[in-house]
Amino acid sequence: MTTTAKLDVNNQDILLTLREFLQSVLQQNEISAILAPQRLPMKNVVMPVLITDPEQLNRADPLAPYFPLNAARLVTRLTRKPSGGKVAVVLRSCEIRAFIELVKLNQGQTDDIIIIGTDCLGAYSNTDYLKKAGDDPDAFTRRFCENALNSPNESVDDAELIPACRACEHPIPDGADLLIGLLGIDTSKQLLVRAQTLAGEELLVKLDLPTFEEPDARQKAVDALIKKRIDYRDRMFAATHEATDSLEKMTAYLAGCINCYNCRIACPVCYCKECVFVTDVFYHEPFQYLQWARNKGALKMPTDTVFYHLTRLAHISTACVGCGQCTNACPNDIPVMELFRMVSHRTQQAFDYEAGRNIEEEPPLSVFREDEFKDIVGI
Amino acid sequence: MDDFEPTIIAFVCNWCTYTAADLAGTSRLAYPKNVRLIRVMCTGMVDPQHVIKAFLEGADGVLVSGCHPGDCHYINGNYKARRRIKLLKEILPQFGFDEKRLRLTWIGASDGIQFAEIMRELVMQVKALGPSEARLKMVI
Repeated sequence: MTTTAKLDVNNQDILLTLREFLQSVLQQNEISAILAPQRLPMKNVVMPVLITDPEQLNRADPLAPYFPLNAARLVTRLTRKPSGGKVAVVLRSCEIRAFIELVKLNQGQTDDIIIIGTDCLGAYSNTDYLKKAGDDPDAFTRRFCENALNSPNESVDDAELIPACRACEHPIPDGADLLIGLLGIDTSKQLLVRAQTLAGEELLVKLDLPTFEEPDARQKAVDALIKKRIDYRDRMFAATHEATDSLEKMTAYLAGCINCYNCRIACPVCYCKECVFVTDVFYHEPFQYLQWARNKGALKMPTDTVFYHLTRLAHISTACVGCGQCTNACPNDIPVMELFRMVSHRTQQAFDYEAGRNIEEEPPLSVFREDEFKDIVGI
Repeated sequence: MDDFEPTIIAFVCNWCTYTAADLAGTSRLAYPKNVRLIRVMCTGMVDPQHVIKAFLEGADGVLVSGCHPGDCHYINGNYKARRRIKLLKEILPQFGFDEKRLRLTWIGASDGIQFAEIMRELVMQVKALGPSEARLKMVI
């Protein structure tokens, strides 16, 4: 049975080719809709849009170097109960990994969706993208892909990508049912389509695409990109560690935080329906503030800032996929992602776990083994 | 700092360690007053944020203590607690907290003598670490 196929590139235009591909997916009987990044009709802003009309896919832009939010949470909206149809969802690698974490927490399920993922070349911050894309976002997306694919080492754009993407060692959407490969492929001629699950394989057979042997150059290109990103990531970890390795430095790192909790709202894996930090538990009595102020002579308000971030680290660092939306959402430019990735790298290693790697792996804090961590018990 | 008296917050489970503390009390065994007990139904309900709060409020040490493996009245709450303590021991040291300030023990209901001994040992160890950074500085 075929598991790899190719999409012949139409008129050297990968964007057009992908749109036509998505249209062919939507034309399949069992697919009711496609959730894909689309430029909105009223403004050139790319948002996830649930599309049932194939015409609308002419505005789809799955390769835009931009994701204003992590769509994993939106996919749980579509899948928390049966929707009565099957939806193809076009997601980035980090969105797929976040969705996998949410499925493990019973907030979504995979039965009624087909996940289509493309090799991810990274993204700009929300504000940078809108400035750069200007009036012709299609042309911008094409130029971006061309730069990123053809000169990955000296691409001028690379240094301007958000740090989350520059430090991401998962550019390949391993959790997708169908993968669209760009790296190491001659994208002026064809794109790689690979089925990675049984459901992906069934769809691929119906799409009846020409078979294609995955070129050797692909693995090399993927390895080189991952290596570059891991190098950046490790430098980022070192710099962040240096900036936060005492309570005083950590306090300075977070000094601009106004407790708006945007990072929690933007976080795809902050799984509580209602966060304890917005409940009455933190609506302290007025006398309590005065008491705290007296203890140390001064009390910064709003209170509980470091407490909030440390608690979030304890609650979700084992599920953090490093998408960087927390930093994107911060109104005061606090590098939240850097902090969370540094800590989550360590906590996930401690439990031999990697968020989003495998849907069968249980979240570390929901399970235990009898014979583990014996060294931490005792005085 | 010889005259330093540490503050230690101990989350103890109702069924084992709290009962051991009670037994120590009724047996008239003395243990240092530095340890403030907070009784919880099970160590499995000690959310990491309770421990973090204690440290940020200036606790010099935090102890979580429950039933021995196999004795948990809720079957496996103590095993879950062990994972949470492991998690905190990975997170807190990255921000300068000495991981020795956070301890986990199993003390059974009949272990009154051990309870008093462990508390004395714990206070001595935390005293040696000195006051925690959070006790002295403004935490935002």
